[in-house]
Amino acid sequence: MTATVTTAKTGAAARIAHVSKAFGAQQVLDDISIDVADGEFVTLLGASGCGKSTLLNLVAGLDAPTAGTIEVPGGRPALMFQEHALFPWLTAGRNIELALRMRGMAKADRPAEAERLLELVRLKGAHRKRVHELSGGMRQRVALARALAQDSRLLLMDEPFAALDAITRDVLHEELTRVWAQTGVAVLFVTHNVREAVRLAQRVVLLSSRPGRIAREWEVGIPQPRRIEDADVAGLSVEITEQLRGEIRRHGQH
Amino acid sequence: MASTETQPKSEGDLTPRREDTVASGAPAAPARGGPGGDLAGLEAGLDALDTRATTRTPLPRMLRQKALPPLIAVVLVLALWQAAFALHLKPDYQLPSPLMVWDALAEEWYKGTILGVVWQSVSRGALGFVVALVIGTPLGLLVARVRPVRAAIGPILSGLQSLPSVAWVPAAIIWFGLTDATIYAVVLLGAVPSIANGLVAGVDRIDPLHLRAGKVIGATGLRGVRHVLLPAALPGYVAGLKQGWAFSWRSLMAAELIATSPELGVGLGRLLDTGRSYQDMPLVLGAILLILLVGIGIELLVFAPVERRVLRHRGLLR
Repeated sequence: MTATVTTAKTGAAARIAHVSKAFGAQQVLDDISIDVADGEFVTLLGASGCGKSTLLNLVAGLDAPTAGTIEVPGGRPALMFQEHALFPWLTAGRNIELALRMRGMAKADRPAEAERLLELVRLKGAHRKRVHELSGGMRQRVALARALAQDSRLLLMDEPFAALDAITRDVLHEELTRVWAQTGVAVLFVTHNVREAVRLAQRVVLLSSRPGRIAREWEVGIPQPRRIEDADVAGLSVEITEQLRGEIRRHGQH
Repeated sequence: MASTETQPKSEGDLTPRREDTVASGAPAAPARGGPGGDLAGLEAGLDALDTRATTRTPLPRMLRQKALPPLIAVVLVLALWQAAFALHLKPDYQLPSPLMVWDALAEEWYKGTILGVVWQSVSRGALGFVVALVIGTPLGLLVARVRPVRAAIGPILSGLQSLPSVAWVPAAIIWFGLTDATIYAVVLLGAVPSIANGLVAGVDRIDPLHLRAGKVIGATGLRGVRHVLLPAALPGYVAGLKQGWAFSWRSLMAAELIATSPELGVGLGRLLDTGRSYQDMPLVLGAILLILLVGIGIELLVFAPVERRVLRHRGLLR
């Protein structure tokens, strides 16, 4: 890998072992095993119905698996949603401070730490802004800062940029890469966008659909900083897309 | 794609090296150097383009838009009233003029009793409302969040809301006699269901995503209630409080009107009843006017600002 990887693969940020999940008779996830190393950036890629969001919910502890085990040694993981999920009754800064408070930080330390996190996502001075006063991209950056405020070793991201326009998404890819490198947090990032997966991750895990199974994994050896337009990114994306299409085609055959 | 490395970087540099921007026409960050400066500038540009400036309407225009129409309506009603009086549609003792009502109120004012009368009712209404708040809030939370409780008393609670609380007055008199307890019992039976139901409606309308986000950051149990559930339900809760106050005030007037006794003191309901027993129509109309004014006043001075503030903070106000 590249020099941007800060943490050696010493421990695991998450150990997902033989996890299955069924909702009633419907099998959603089948025997999923993924280890996310400390500081590693892994994307989960799949078409509709592969249970990527379900898997994130399981790792986040919002739901329990039907079978298998999930270990998150670093404590409760942070989770970012497709929608910003910021609390509209609080200012941007107070949203972050609430996460700090829930983490147990003393009141006196919270404003400074919230300010530091806002600066990390380049929103210095947005502390007193109301959520509705922020643009879509700014909201997702505040949401990222709030997630980082949990000081978890694992950050789960559920298609966090899917609802943004292309320019903003591109900028946020760059931001996320930078923040990830600066903080050394492990990221498990769910997306259905192949290029996004290759652009961001050190490792791409492709899930098949209905039920979600691990179809294949790729190590992404392209050095950061990458661009979504890079030839290397495009090349690997083509390969992965072919495989993904193959997985989707299987569902049309019966 | 052009990649321009502006500065040599050390091997362990963690920041992105490329300094070019996505949109080549984007303005460069002014006076902002350092690594990633271009990205910061690009981001600042995007933020500026995407952010809408929110302006508040200037006060004179707001007054013109909000205060003038009701003022005109009041003047019109007074004019119609005066016209009806001038045409002698009814005898004077049945339909007094606005001025006669004003005089009746002025007379009460010079007797020095009117403020005491208004205060008697307002303080009762306020105390009853606060007690209703203290009972209705946990009750609403229980009904909203505990399924068996909801199944058991949810329908009863909504049913009670449509029961006119004046219906409780005879029962309360039999239970508590002609005491303050009777009055407060009627007020509570009127206001508690409103407040509880408002909270239930508020909780039901919470975006489930906010509850999940609360769980993720560790706001569970009572902390979740305090930091996520209650603030998220606030718009519905405030609407319930507003209605709860209206119900308190109505129930109080009904109770004061029916349960009259020297020990109970003179409230606005009692004043109304005094007017009726003396066939003093100006006093009756004056008392009605005062009851109306107190209701409107509390709404405008207490609830409307709270509601506007809650909605504006959430960007829900035009």
